[in-house]
Amino acid sequence: MRAGSALLSPEVKEQAVDQNKEEIRTEAMDKDRIDQIIGKHHGEPSSLIQILLEIQAENHWLPKEALEQVSERLQVPMTRIQHIATFYKAFSLVPKGRHQIHVCVGTACHVRGASRVLDTVEGFTGIKPGETDLDLKFSLETVNCLGCCALGPVMEIDGKTHGKMGSAQTADVLKNYD
Amino acid sequence: MSRINSPAELEAFKRNLLSERDPNKTCITLCSGSACHASGSREVAASIQEEIQKQGLSAEVELRRTGCHGFCERGPIIVIRPEDICYFQIKPDDVPEIISETIKEKKIIERLLYTDPETKEKIVHESEIPFYKNQGRLVFGSNVEIDPKSIDDYLALGGYSALAKALSQMTPEQVLEEITKSNLRGRGGGGFPTGRKWAESRNAPGDIKYVIVNADEGDPGAYMDRSLLEGNPHSVFEGLIIGAYAIGSHQGYIYVRQEYPLAVENVNIAIQQAEEYGLLGKNILGSGFDFTIEVHQGAGAFVCGESSALMTALEGKAGEPRPKYIHTAVKGVWDRPSVLNNVETWANVPLIINKGADWFTQYGTEKSKGTKIFSLVGKIANTGLVEVPMGVTLRDIIHKIGGGIPGGKKFKAVQTGGPSGGCLPEELLDLEVGFDELTKAGSMMGSGGMIIMDEDTCMVDVARYFLNFLTDESCGKCVPCREGIRQMLKTLTHITQGKGKDGDIELLEQLAEVAGEASLCALGRSAPNPFLSTLKYFRDEYEAHIKEKRCPALSCKELISYYIDAEKCQACTICGRKCPSDAIKGDKNLIHIVDQEKCTKCGTCFEVCPSRYQAVKKISGEPVPPPIPEEARTIVRKKKEK
Repeated sequence: MRAGSALLSPEVKEQAVDQNKEEIRTEAMDKDRIDQIIGKHHGEPSSLIQILLEIQAENHWLPKEALEQVSERLQVPMTRIQHIATFYKAFSLVPKGRHQIHVCVGTACHVRGASRVLDTVEGFTGIKPGETDLDLKFSLETVNCLGCCALGPVMEIDGKTHGKMGSAQTADVLKNYD
Repeated sequence: MSRINSPAELEAFKRNLLSERDPNKTCITLCSGSACHASGSREVAASIQEEIQKQGLSAEVELRRTGCHGFCERGPIIVIRPEDICYFQIKPDDVPEIISETIKEKKIIERLLYTDPETKEKIVHESEIPFYKNQGRLVFGSNVEIDPKSIDDYLALGGYSALAKALSQMTPEQVLEEITKSNLRGRGGGGFPTGRKWAESRNAPGDIKYVIVNADEGDPGAYMDRSLLEGNPHSVFEGLIIGAYAIGSHQGYIYVRQEYPLAVENVNIAIQQAEEYGLLGKNILGSGFDFTIEVHQGAGAFVCGESSALMTALEGKAGEPRPKYIHTAVKGVWDRPSVLNNVETWANVPLIINKGADWFTQYGTEKSKGTKIFSLVGKIANTGLVEVPMGVTLRDIIHKIGGGIPGGKKFKAVQTGGPSGGCLPEELLDLEVGFDELTKAGSMMGSGGMIIMDEDTCMVDVARYFLNFLTDESCGKCVPCREGIRQMLKTLTHITQGKGKDGDIELLEQLAEVAGEASLCALGRSAPNPFLSTLKYFRDEYEAHIKEKRCPALSCKELISYYIDAEKCQACTICGRKCPSDAIKGDKNLIHIVDQEKCTKCGTCFEVCPSRYQAVKKISGEPVPPPIPEEARTIVRKKKEK
């Protein structure tokens, strides 16, 4: 299983955050809001994954402070939370960029040339899957099926689907984001 | 909304619904599954609503946003009832014309119809289109009729009548017996007899038992469970409640991937509606039977599709599988008896209870009964979801329903069963689909992914692709899987990069044997299948990669080169402008040359070279022809005569 790795070291991350204060929430999430989410699940340790998913959905990543708060409230050790946060693909332990690129590498897209699309995205953004660039502009992830195989190869940016991608079109699409 | 308290009230409710609905009222059903959303169905829906209002038809015309129709290649799809007029690839701009011409004037718009690629004939009705005509849609058929956000739509079609029958006319033993007699087998991959699994749980000690829907569909390129859960959630619930009644469970879980937001949304709405009607909760239909459903979102791990791993995840832990000396049907979630079935399996249950095991067993082969939904994708003309009776041949699915391979290419292989399955060649296309038939051929049914590959697909790369997927998804708990798959991937990657050496195939075979025998769960045990099946049927491709450093499909990047055919190049500069690595030299009237040092083999030039020139060539296993001498590069064009 892949951990939520990124190019960002903590120091660089802080600098990058300064420049993009407006767009990206990298500070710890509001403590009351986290308590609310935990309360919704009745503080049940078996709901740990569901709680983390909700925090991830709202905050787009899991800050350490949030995990510590969850650990304390649910009485679940930090090691187990770390295990879960690195085991499942949905979680990220580092902030995400302004634009989230998902390149589908499911089998249907693969046989239609998804690897060329991925190569182009990597070349254009300078990052590999699982990483975020230093300007916090793009985050890149690969996904295994977006369920629209008729459009393959497919790339999704911020939820918008771009279908029937070739290398040239991929580059054209990426140019439109800043 | 009122509670329905008995089977009689359910029947009365349905009759009332039908009497309120005019069968002759015009209804536009629009496919609103995830695939059609991606091709713009939301925008089409907004446009239809706006246009209905604008043209003053709000009272006469209804828009129903249904689940997936299956013919994703041609989405977004609309079907206009009661005439059953089918339009494909609708854009918002088409809508005003559809409303004014077809709805108001009853005129058919030819260009939006399906054109038969062979006869060039236009087809108006869904039932006459080859894609639909050759299917047998027992489970998936209702999708096109139902707005998944409306329980009334499901009830109007006779929904929950199987539940009423089970609760009021059958004992749990009788339900179990009917399912056992139907020979229903698990649609999620293993093909385990559902009746036997239920019986084991029913007979297991303990008062608290669970039933679980496995909607953690992780096979890359398979989306039938998603479409069924999105499009007809109540059919899955109905099966689940019946199963719970049979084994004596009062709590169900739906484990659905968080990557399926529409499925999660529709399931939650459906639960709320079923609760309001008293079809979930206490004393269902006055029978005294209680049952509740909880939704658990999966956080993204392929291994969680495995039953014991999924149950561990349900407990709020990292989803690692455990040895199954004792079946999960006896000791599952929190060590209690737990029946886990796939979405499609559950959706089959109401049909069997309603129509009987004898009706069900008339479909299929001796050992595989009923139908199966396949996700027909890859290099196929009609991408989509198809449901066929077991026993139909692969050839019929691919050619009659799928419309064959697009672009005049040659079929090479069909991959079934996802990462645990295998690739079958042309010679095996007359194989009848069924659990045992596919396993015998070296592949498997799996959950129903069917990926078509043509001559441009490299089979060694396909094996590498699946092992790469499995390396990433291996949970790491047992050594044969964690280390074995990794080593297999390393060797396969070397082969695709032209670094393969003698003995690699034998090494891979040894690794495959160990991982296949000694891994803890089915993920590891079946991981070598993609390699073993491609080796069995496409050994020559492995040998070409290793011995000649050649990729016969011209697909492996490290083994191919691009060059420009000087005879064909018209010096149009398109490739040069699009090349991301500045590797193409040339100018207007100056024949282009690929700089092999700079070329990253991204294939952009090959893609953008106008098809009337086809000047960019791809080769493998042979040296690139030397570029033409400088003095011969200039093209002298004849001036147009005035």
